[in-house]
Amino acid sequence: MATGLGASGRFSNLFTASGGSSFTEFLSQSAPELLPGRRPLPPGDHGAVAPHGTTIVAATYRGGVVMGGDRRATQGNMIAQRDIEKVFPTDAYSVAGIAGTAGIAIEMIRLYQVELEHYEKIEGTPLTLDAKANRLSIMIRGNLGAALQGLAVIPLFAGYDLDATDPAEAGRIFGFDVTGGCWEDKGYSSVGSGSVFAKSALKKLWKPGLDEAGAVRALVESLYDAADDDSATGGPDLIRKLYPILTVVDAEGVRRLTDDEVGAVVAEVIADRTANPGV
Amino acid sequence: MQFYASPEQLMRDRSEFARKGIARGRSVIVLSYAGGVLFVAENTSNALHKVSEIYDRIGFAAVGKYNEFEALRQGGVRYADLRGYSYDRRDVTARGLVNAFAQQLGAIFGEQSKPFEVEVCVAQVGADPGADELYRLTYDGSVSDEPGFVAMGGQSEAIASQLREKHDSASDLRATLKIAVDALASIGGENGNPRTISAAQLEVAVLDRTRPGRAFRRLVGAALEGLLVTETPAADAESDAKSEDEPSAEGTDPADS
Repeated sequence: MATGLGASGRFSNLFTASGGSSFTEFLSQSAPELLPGRRPLPPGDHGAVAPHGTTIVAATYRGGVVMGGDRRATQGNMIAQRDIEKVFPTDAYSVAGIAGTAGIAIEMIRLYQVELEHYEKIEGTPLTLDAKANRLSIMIRGNLGAALQGLAVIPLFAGYDLDATDPAEAGRIFGFDVTGGCWEDKGYSSVGSGSVFAKSALKKLWKPGLDEAGAVRALVESLYDAADDDSATGGPDLIRKLYPILTVVDAEGVRRLTDDEVGAVVAEVIADRTANPGV
Repeated sequence: MQFYASPEQLMRDRSEFARKGIARGRSVIVLSYAGGVLFVAENTSNALHKVSEIYDRIGFAAVGKYNEFEALRQGGVRYADLRGYSYDRRDVTARGLVNAFAQQLGAIFGEQSKPFEVEVCVAQVGADPGADELYRLTYDGSVSDEPGFVAMGGQSEAIASQLREKHDSASDLRATLKIAVDALASIGGENGNPRTISAAQLEVAVLDRTRPGRAFRRLVGAALEGLLVTETPAADAESDAKSEDEPSAEGTDPADS
């Protein structure tokens, strides 16, 4: 039944299933085994079995929002992957970054991307930004059981609000907790193991009325600080040319900065810090 | 009292019923052009679409009863999204979708007392016009693979014969749109004269060959009017540029938002 195709070759429930515009609700009737969070886990803490992604940062600026993530996944004291991607465009005007158990998080984001696109196609119009954040918090709530056993997923969600009255203020950020609680963060936010350090850096670097380049620079600095003090967050890898992922959302839509663009900002940050390395 | 009706008679009655329903509506044309696949429908409603997006490279057009083809369309979006989610986006093909529709239409035609009064075209845009796939499905679940163009609904035969004469899949969007609109306008005028059809009476969309990911976009408002005006070399270049810059990102419809 994985594709909704019955044994007879007839599509038993594609045309009759209720569930309206939600792909998740349709899946729960037609192929519940494809939903995340439906697998029974044995009791105990399973945090050590799979890689974890770490620090995600985001900041608003005049006319949009930028989200960034480092490239490291860790499993215990090992570096599981050094080029993992943790920031994903979720539709034309929104982006999500994930911290926590990488496998579950990526599955959740894939489902979330389809969820948004599915609604847009069925209804002929996209969800509002608040509704998108709400859908994401429902998904996180579904993972609470696994989260309490060490397999937590905490995303950060940002987007350009097409309904905003002032385009300069249209970039918005939503943070979540493990129970699915969803709060809008003004200005900047961060999740993951390095978020304490990244937030401290952003507290000093972020100002209202930044432009895009200013927001990008602040995020790269904050990720550098997170990597400086948190072993699970990766710094820029100059030898392999692995830089943080930075994705901009503005009135034009979602745009991931190229490695060359990010590389240039990283080079500036490193030059400044070489001049004044701190202790 | 029970009367006997032969299966032939039953099927003939149902076919006739469905055909009559379909012929009552306005027509829809789907055709390949150099830059992709063009959908042109006569439709005065901005909200009740006859043409829609199914998936990255796949579009849907239908004529007949709205509630019936809307049920098919929603099933099609579910099919595509489910398949793309459980396999990969590249594994969603028009052919698979057409099979699903054909099964459904065939079952309804055979088993239910009233057949669907719909005709559907599923189009998949390819790397070049030769690789485009246009499928036409009728009320009884039969499928045909049509090379180059499909005309459905209303007096579709008359429109199809015009398209057969003029259609060239190597021409550009403006020329192809003109052929389609002229063909629609040739039917239903007084004393056999062509009607004039304005942009507001048309629902136009393309599957853009060059666009990565979701290729479907609607042409609305100024972009559509620019394409419909009589051709002059200067206006041509200008409005071509405009249609490329059309900001309806990822298939969202600016008219709706």
